[in-house]
Amino acid sequence: MATAPAAVRPRRKLTGYWLILPAALWLGFFFVIPLYSLIANSLYDPDGSPLGGYEVTYHFGNFTDALEQYWKPLLRSLGYAGLATAFCLVLGYVLAYAIAFKAGKWRNLLLVLVIAPFFTSFLIRTLSWKLILADDGFIVNSLQAVHVLGPDDRLLATPFAVIAGLTYNFLPFMVLPLYASLEKIDGRLIEAAGDLYASPARAFFKVTLPLSMPGVVAGTLLTFIPAAGDYINADLLGNPNTRMVGNVIQDLFTSINDYAAAAALSVILMVVIISMVLVYVRKAGTEELV
Amino acid sequence: MSDVLRRPGRIRLWIGDHLVLALGLLVLVYMFVPIAVVILMSFNDNSNSRNIYAFRGFTWDNWSNMCNPTGMCSAVGKSVQIGLLATVVAVILGTLAAFGMVRHSFKGKSAANLIVFLPMASPEIVLGSSLLALFVSSGNSNLLGFRAIFIAHVMFCLSFVIVTVKSRLSGMDANLEQAAMDLYANEWQTFWRVTFPLVLPGILGAAMLSFSLSFDDFIITNLTAGQTTTFPMFVYGASQRGVPMQVNVIGTIMFLVSITIVIGNELNNRRKARALAA
Repeated sequence: MATAPAAVRPRRKLTGYWLILPAALWLGFFFVIPLYSLIANSLYDPDGSPLGGYEVTYHFGNFTDALEQYWKPLLRSLGYAGLATAFCLVLGYVLAYAIAFKAGKWRNLLLVLVIAPFFTSFLIRTLSWKLILADDGFIVNSLQAVHVLGPDDRLLATPFAVIAGLTYNFLPFMVLPLYASLEKIDGRLIEAAGDLYASPARAFFKVTLPLSMPGVVAGTLLTFIPAAGDYINADLLGNPNTRMVGNVIQDLFTSINDYAAAAALSVILMVVIISMVLVYVRKAGTEELV
Repeated sequence: MSDVLRRPGRIRLWIGDHLVLALGLLVLVYMFVPIAVVILMSFNDNSNSRNIYAFRGFTWDNWSNMCNPTGMCSAVGKSVQIGLLATVVAVILGTLAAFGMVRHSFKGKSAANLIVFLPMASPEIVLGSSLLALFVSSGNSNLLGFRAIFIAHVMFCLSFVIVTVKSRLSGMDANLEQAAMDLYANEWQTFWRVTFPLVLPGILGAAMLSFSLSFDDFIITNLTAGQTTTFPMFVYGASQRGVPMQVNVIGTIMFLVSITIVIGNELNNRRKARALAA
């Protein structure tokens, strides 16, 4: 962080507090307090209802009940999100690498093109995949023609479609941080590895990849976290057996009206994600985040 | 082994060089396939068919009767309204906070950083359900709707604004401000003539990001919307019954508007760079 020279900031001590106060209040009221209230909801008496009202009875059984009932969608979410993140990492790395090292003067234009799809509605793009993967669509017909798919096999409403949708939707979140850290790498280091008789592959794994780790960590987190909580892809591209934890939480809140179970499941999801992130960041060993 | 053999031949080098680029472009093509389908489908003539999955013939009808599907254009209007309002508020609060966090020292800075980071690191479903939990358990379910959506959108846009403006601010050359002060500009003049114009691109970028995040949000909005319908909610509702082709028209317009803005901005930057170089 750049420190401004002393002459520019002889400000009174309180100015800093005043500047952050409005944002802090907003986040306090509408992020921290709701989170607290979610945790309170998760400890509700499960027999309450939105009409009759709820009581916080410290009913920790909500958590074990939720786990017992919904461990499958929870695990499925983590699995799908993990796979989608892995695919994003491979695709995103290729793209980011090409832009950072091979694109020359087209660099900025290509970056713009990476961001552009992101500005077209997420739902519309997902619906568009539904169309592309449809049963009598071009892809399914071609795959059936070359006998990769049997005549009755389909792509839509399979785990494949859900994972493909997640991969597609969160790819820009992977490319941008990867590009940011690849772009910072001093090309002379890679040349030096070549001069010391490292093969291109060896130079990549020993020099380029380790230097791009901050981007890999940031990108995987930015992909994995929203993917694990997403339910649109599972909803539009999947079938009842590909329901993810987001679908369950959404239904519990809006159609089943079981607030205690919904809140408990949300809290579980949050805790699982935060602990996975902490372990991962420690393993990957970058302190640049947060 | 001779030195020549140990080094890859020129042809292999050329292939290696261009293979990565070709693969990268292939990934980019993959990113654009669904958008191409959206644009194509905005011209699809399916007036006599309930099958939305086939291209039946070219027509301008979807474009000329854009607002035919009941409720769609009012939903778009609502989304634009919420997006603009939330963007203005989030950009003002976020920019102030970014200045405070970069330019001033205060106690609890790491706590502030954490609070800014957490909403970005939480799955949307958790953010949405906690707001719903708050509104319902505090007996304020009547706030659900426009006001609750606005509150929620400002909340999740704020973090992105703060992070974007902060990175712009901390990447700034402080010597420029120093120079202005040396030339007898007072603090106020320095801020408006030097600091603010330098931070402005960051602020505009943050505003664009906020608007698109807000306009596109479904998961959080759906949980806080009450009876209000935004455009993503309309699309989701329609997807359960059969999507009107006009949805693709809106998708195409969104794409065209955003790509015009980003490419225009890029050209403008190039022009400036050339002017500076000349």
